[in-house]
Formats: sequence, structure tokens, C-alpha cells
Amino acid sequence: MPEWLLNFPAMTPDALRSVTRSIDAGYLSFSRAFGDAIESFFDPLLLLLIWFEQILLRTPWVIILMVLVLIAYGASRNLRLVAGVLIAFLLIGYFGMWENTMRTLAIILVCTVIALMIGIPTGIWMSRSDRVQAIITPVLDVMQTMPIFVYLIPVVMLLGLGKIPGMLAVVVYAIPPVIRLTNLGIRLVDKDVIEAADAFGAGTWQKLARVQLPLALPNIMAGINQTIMMALSMVVIASMIGVKGLGQPVLQAVTNQYFALGLFNGLAVVGLAIVFDRVSQSYGKRLQQHR
Amino acid sequence: MDETHGQIEEMQSAIVLQRLTKLFGPTPSDVLPFVHQGLDKNKIFNEHGHVLALRDISLKIETGKVQIIMGLSGSGKSTLLRHINRLIEPSAGRILIRGRDVLSLDKQELRKFRQHQISMVFQRFALLPHRTIQDNVAFGLSAQKATSSAQRETANTWVHKVGLGGYENSFPAQLSGGMQQRVGLARALATGAECLLMDEPFSALDPLIRTEMQDLLLELQSELGKTIIFVTHDPDEAVRLGDNIAILKDGELIQHGAPMQILTSPKNDYIRTFIQDVNRGRVVSVGTIANGETKTCDGPDIVATTPLAEAARLLTNHPDVSARVVTEKGHPLGSVTLTSVVEAMAAR
Repeated sequence: MPEWLLNFPAMTPDALRSVTRSIDAGYLSFSRAFGDAIESFFDPLLLLLIWFEQILLRTPWVIILMVLVLIAYGASRNLRLVAGVLIAFLLIGYFGMWENTMRTLAIILVCTVIALMIGIPTGIWMSRSDRVQAIITPVLDVMQTMPIFVYLIPVVMLLGLGKIPGMLAVVVYAIPPVIRLTNLGIRLVDKDVIEAADAFGAGTWQKLARVQLPLALPNIMAGINQTIMMALSMVVIASMIGVKGLGQPVLQAVTNQYFALGLFNGLAVVGLAIVFDRVSQSYGKRLQQHR
Repeated sequence: MDETHGQIEEMQSAIVLQRLTKLFGPTPSDVLPFVHQGLDKNKIFNEHGHVLALRDISLKIETGKVQIIMGLSGSGKSTLLRHINRLIEPSAGRILIRGRDVLSLDKQELRKFRQHQISMVFQRFALLPHRTIQDNVAFGLSAQKATSSAQRETANTWVHKVGLGGYENSFPAQLSGGMQQRVGLARALATGAECLLMDEPFSALDPLIRTEMQDLLLELQSELGKTIIFVTHDPDEAVRLGDNIAILKDGELIQHGAPMQILTSPKNDYIRTFIQDVNRGRVVSVGTIANGETKTCDGPDIVATTPLAEAARLLTNHPDVSARVVTEKGHPLGSVTLTSVVEAMAAR
């Protein structure tokens, strides 16, 4: 049998090396040239995150706890849920994880807000045009399947270690569900109701605000929920590039085989996730009382 | 002479459809010539890949009357209805409403036109599930950007007019089908539009509720005198509500006329089968069968506009007499007997 059938006719190692080298060199010179500019572009976000983190860290824990309880009650009107939130945070505090939890809370909230601010309009845009959908869908596929570490490399090369690359990683990882489900939700809105809105001469904006978004709300809420969950699951990985919070002790525990330390902090992440999930879900349900 | 006559006629007609043709497919304009050559619907689909939904429909719809568009599913009746407010754009033809060419409206004008001049009631209600009844009724008004107090007031009036007083703050899902369609009707009427498009509005309702809704519509119509285009596949409903009936088959207009005219002289077998089960007793009036002489009549006088079923009921107590049929002013027109009335009711 000829040689080229037995072994895949790959490019020579030298050629491959020169390709990867030239890409690396190109990216390196790009990051040298524009790294500072891009970093300063993200400065406002950094300031926002630091400001919010400081508020959470400096406010006495009792007040934070009260605010959390009030938010949980306001969103759900469910006393059992409120009691759950209270117990979760009391346990977190008692086991000495309050500060790290506040740091994680800060980055998760900021990342979620950014993800929603970008994701919901993107989803709306996608729902309005099949062409836009055809372009964005593969991008989302890449974002969701590309191993996180792979896109951490260029981000860290560009921006170094720290909060900003961490936030970018979290947002990139967490944004696809809200985009996808906003798009899907709007596309699934009952065609009859859309037709009725058209027949009464509703404008594009009226139709979006009064018909499409409210009727797509269950799906959009599911997307928001998923986005929050995915942001939380990125906490540990983000800690590898220098984001402080509950991820760091977990990372420490992994490298040093501290089982209990890992477990406690891991449970704190789970606790945060459940609180976020239940509160946002029941808020979503309250918005749809008519069903 | 003829032209002026035509113009007067057009002014009396609220809506004029001229040679409306609709092809669904990628390049309707290329296939249009074949339609005008009279190529068969199936051939247009098989050889040119386009669905012919409407062929050369010309129709004049009178102001203040109820125009029925009747046909089986797939006959193009809903498609035709949606051309009138341009939810569907025609492939060829003209649509005039009060002499104004609807197809020449730009996007902005079209929205204004839909907000103020024409409104619509849907088969599956198409209400906003997350809004209250009050808000749903006000939907068209909010599209008009009416002030919120005007919206509230007008919506409130119409909620009561359709008999839903007390349900203002309920949600659609809490209402029965018939009540939801009352909301749909109120929403359409609240905009003050002169034309009302109704797309099989009562077919999703059970028979008893359907009759109730027909009564409501007739009652409102006698007060409001809107120009209503009402799509249905139910011949009973058509003859009950319609001032005029247009019958479509495979996208073509087969017959157009007053209900009595269609019942008494159907144009072909298709229409004959279509209308054979219509309850004539309720529609055909006794005046249409009165004949002969009236001197020997010994029964009660019956007014000519009385439906056959009513006349039969009046005559059951006098099975052997002949009764005089008179105009509302008492002029004798002819006579009927119980036998002739029942025969006419059972006619096919």
C-alpha cells in the first residue's frame, strides 16, 4: 500500500511549527501594541466591580443579610424560601467564608448584569432576522464548546492576570443561554397574537415591548437563570487567573488535597447557586400570575 | 353615463376588490401570466411551483352591511380577508376602501389605517394572556396612542357593551371561549374603526355559545351599522348574519349575492351541496313562496317577512286552512298553506 494511504499526509512538523509560531508572534505583537488600550477600555468595568465588592465587604454582615432577606422576600413572597436564604448565609458566615462569598457575589452579579445587558438585545436582534441567527448561532456554539482554558490563553496574554480577564471569561462562558433562549422565546410567541398586534397597527417597538417580550418571558427567565448558574460554575476556573473569592480556596484544596476545605467552599458555591436559582425562578413565576 | 353610474356605485361600496390574485411562491410575478391565461391551479403548482390562493377576485362590499365570505378550508377565504388590511400583499389587483387605494399606502400610513379605519377579530381570539380584559380591549386604543384616561373610559364602555361588566380585571385564561371572543369583539369595536374583519370568529365555540355570539353581533350591528367582512365555513351562520354572501372555491369566486338569492337559485352543484343542509325555516321568508289568490283565505294573516319556521308554527293550529300573506302595511301578496310552507322548508 502506498505510504500516503497508511499515514495521513499531514504537513511537516516544521511547517506546522512555523504556522503556530507566526500566529503566536502575530498575536503577541497585537497584544503588545493594543494591550494597554484594550485594558483601559475595560477600566470602567473594573472600577464598577471593585466598587461593588468594596460595598459588600465593608457593609456590616447583618445589614447585608437583611438586604438579602428582603430581596428574597420581595422577589418570591415565600417565607420558606426566605428562611432557606437566611440559613444558607448564616452557615456560610459561621464557617468563615463570608468574605470570599461576598467577593464571589460581587463578580457574579456584575458579570450577570453585563451578560444580560449584552445578551438580551443580542437575542432580540437574532430573533428578528434569520441571517443574524445563522451568523450568531455558530459563534455561540464555539463559545459553549471551546475548552475554557483555550480562550483564557489569549485573554491572559492580552490583559494579564486579574479581575478583568476573569470577568471576560465568565461573561463569555455564561452569555450563550440568555441569547439563545431570548431568541427562541421570541420566535415561539404565538403567531396569532403577533398578527393581531399587526392588524391593530402596533409599531415595531410597541409589539416588542407589549407582546413579544412579555410572552417570551418564561423562556427569557430560563435563559437568565442558566446564565447565572453558568457564571457561578466559572468561579473556580476564574480563580486560576487571579479572581478572588470562593474559587481560590477550592483551587488551593485541589492542589494540596485539603478535602474538607474544598468541600466547605464548594458547598458555599452550591448554596449561592440554589439561592440565586430559587429567588430568580419564583420572581419569574410571580411575573406570570395570569397562567 | 355609465361611468358616473360606476362612480356612484363605488362611493356606496365601502370596499372594492378589483381582480385580486394571490400566488404563494418564490417568484409570483413570473407565474402571474399563466394565471391570467387561465392555467389550472394544480398545473400552476406542479409545473411552476406556486400555490394559487386567489384568482381574479372582484367584489364590491357595501357600506354598513355584513358581507360573508364562505368556503371550505383551503378555499382562500381567510387569505382574501387578510388582503383587505394588507396582512397579506396581493400578487396582482387593487383594493379600494372608500375610494382610497390601500396598496399605495406606505408603512406609516398603513399603520395609521389599521389603527383607525379597520379592525379585526380572530378565530383563536389572539388575546394577550398577560394583560387584563380591560387592557386587552384597550389594545387598539393604545396603538392609536390615545390618552390613558380615554383608553380606560372607551375600553370600559365596550367591556360592558359586550356583556363582560365585572370581568375588567380578569385575565383571558380565566374566561370561557365565548367570553374570550367577546373580548376580541370589544377590542375590535373599541378602536372606532368603520370596517370590521372577522376571521371565522365563532367557529371555535360550541353551538349554543355560537348562536349567542351571533345574536350579540346582530344586536350590536343593528346599532352600529359597521361594514363587516365575515369569514365562515358554516352556511347556517352565513345566511343568518349575512346581507350578502360570496362563495369561494379553490381561490375563485363562484357566486355572490343575497342569502335568499343563493338559497333559491344556487349557481351550480357545488353551491347546491354546500347549502343543502341550511335551515331554510329560519332564513327564507314566507313572502317568497306566497302565491295565488287571497279571496278564499280563511286563516290568520301572516306578514311576508316572517320566516317559514315561524309561519309553520302559526299554522299548526289551522292545518287545513290557507292563510293570507300580507306586507307590513297589510297589502295582500298571496296565500300559503301549512303544506306549502313545510314543502318550502324541506326543499333541496
